[in-house]
Amino acid sequence: MTISTSPKTIADWQPRADRLPPTSAVSDFIQETLGLTTRLFIQLKRRPSTLVAGIVQPLMWLVLFGALFQNIPKDLFGTDYGHFLGAGVIVFTAFVGALNAGLPVMFDREFGFLNRLLVAPLASRYSIVAASAIYIIALTLLQVVAIVGLSALLGAGLPGFSGAAIILLVVFLLVVGVTSLSLGLTFALPGHIELIAVIFVANLPLLFASTALAPLSFMPPWLQTIACLNPLSYAIEPIRYIYTNPQWQWSSIILHAPWADVSFGAALLVLVGFAVISLLIIQPLLRRRLA
Amino acid sequence: MAAAVIVKNLRKSYGSSIAVQDVSFEVQAGEIFGLLGPNGAGKTTTIRCLCTLTKPDEGELEVAGVSVLKDPRSARSKLGYIAQEVAPDKVLTGREMMNLQAAIYHLPKAVANQRIEFLTSILGLTEHINKKTGGYSGGLLRRLDLAAGLLHQPEVLILDEPTVGLDIESRVVVWDFLRQLKSTGTTILLTSHYLEEVDALADRVGIIDAGKVIAMGTPSELKDRLGGERITLRIREFTTSAEADSTKDLLMKLPFVQDAIINANQGNSLNLVVQASDDALSKVQAALKSAGLPVFGIAQSRPSLDDVYLAATGKTLMDAEMATAGSRNLKAEKKQSMKN
Repeated sequence: MTISTSPKTIADWQPRADRLPPTSAVSDFIQETLGLTTRLFIQLKRRPSTLVAGIVQPLMWLVLFGALFQNIPKDLFGTDYGHFLGAGVIVFTAFVGALNAGLPVMFDREFGFLNRLLVAPLASRYSIVAASAIYIIALTLLQVVAIVGLSALLGAGLPGFSGAAIILLVVFLLVVGVTSLSLGLTFALPGHIELIAVIFVANLPLLFASTALAPLSFMPPWLQTIACLNPLSYAIEPIRYIYTNPQWQWSSIILHAPWADVSFGAALLVLVGFAVISLLIIQPLLRRRLA
Repeated sequence: MAAAVIVKNLRKSYGSSIAVQDVSFEVQAGEIFGLLGPNGAGKTTTIRCLCTLTKPDEGELEVAGVSVLKDPRSARSKLGYIAQEVAPDKVLTGREMMNLQAAIYHLPKAVANQRIEFLTSILGLTEHINKKTGGYSGGLLRRLDLAAGLLHQPEVLILDEPTVGLDIESRVVVWDFLRQLKSTGTTILLTSHYLEEVDALADRVGIIDAGKVIAMGTPSELKDRLGGERITLRIREFTTSAEADSTKDLLMKLPFVQDAIINANQGNSLNLVVQASDDALSKVQAALKSAGLPVFGIAQSRPSLDDVYLAATGKTLMDAEMATAGSRNLKAEKKQSMKN
């Protein structure tokens, strides 16, 4: 093993000689976020099993779980159960993807790779959150296209242009909120075992205690209350509504919470609030190891 | 010359165990400073505090004139950190790794490409840079890490055990590179538990033991301060301890012999501390001859850094290694370091 037979020598290396002009915090943030996102996409490209499983799994949900209640009287759900379920599967897929976003970062932490990022002069550690969110959103959109496509084949029809925009917005807000919570846990918990435990516990109960699998009217009052406190319901209902009501309005009532009727616009505002609060509450966790 | 690194009264404990008790030292701009000590002495904790990875309980830290605690972001831009454990992303190629490094240090694309090309070339990575790091050898990873740590042209390069786990050849390559790097004006702070590494590289040394700096100076200052010279004597290849004892008693009677230590790990060889003189060696040989003892090997030397460590702590670095190796809970330490 020998170093360099090339004509270049270390003498050409002049630290401080070409100090670079200062850059703005915004451009720094964008650059570091893009760098981190690029890494995640390279990983996905070289290890595509995540993508394959991520697309196959929700489709199996849709087909198998959708068939479970196929013979249920149609007026119970206002539509075919498979069509009813579509919105739930979209949202649950986005939710699970975002909930797991902390895992790779936790492994980076355990293997010491995260130290590389923590000793670098990052404009903000939110770039780590942003990179994960961008990655999960992109992954989720691919999954959504597959789910929407299969739903259409199963006869649920296609959402219009504005419907597609709403799905995009909902996925964006939900993923940003859940990804930041997941990364907050990643910085707070001791290791991946604990993180997996939290994910495991949060996962299915949040699904059952939402309107993903059954409408609110099926539930006892106490569960209705929980479901109406669950951000997932506020993501599911707008998507479900645009599927069945092409003439949707911001003021359309989409959820009858025990305490008030929730309009389409209000549901989206709840999601905005959820994302903003999630981003804010993890700030001290990101700063914890010396900002 | 201005101090490029200042560590003042650093203190850090993890729960009830004190990792760093009171460490102070300064690294002058452009020098190589070695922090020498056995594993578990507090070297890594000191480095982690300097690199903003761990928050100290007390103390002042400065890198290139910037307070680490008051302005960590600016301090980060001025230091390069090469961790003890190389943590590559096995899926990425060396170049992709470097590109990520360039992004998190906010280098413009053109500058980054130029520096990546330069560093890969001088570190002999050119033919490997487009391959996945998962296939790299330990030496290659170390060099990639060096390249990555230097990409933003830090004023201070901080290396934690830069050659631990490397084969001799790779180690020499790293040493050679660090010496060359020093000639460009980069300040280098490194930790090591290898005496010869610090002796070969460092302009100045701080010896650290149990969370405290116990000696500091240039390697030759430290050795001179200790005074005297050393004679290593083996009367047979493997001497019995009884014979070693009697030989020790015999030699201690010589007026210029100040101390004699029997080293059981080296076949009961004798380490004599003698007053510096030209004929000490021949006088010892004469004494042995008149007592009818053979000489398997005999050598005279100046004191080594290990002797400095021995004088300050009463144990050799090797002994300290052995002692801590059993008592350390590496898992718990790793957990702690992740937490803080």
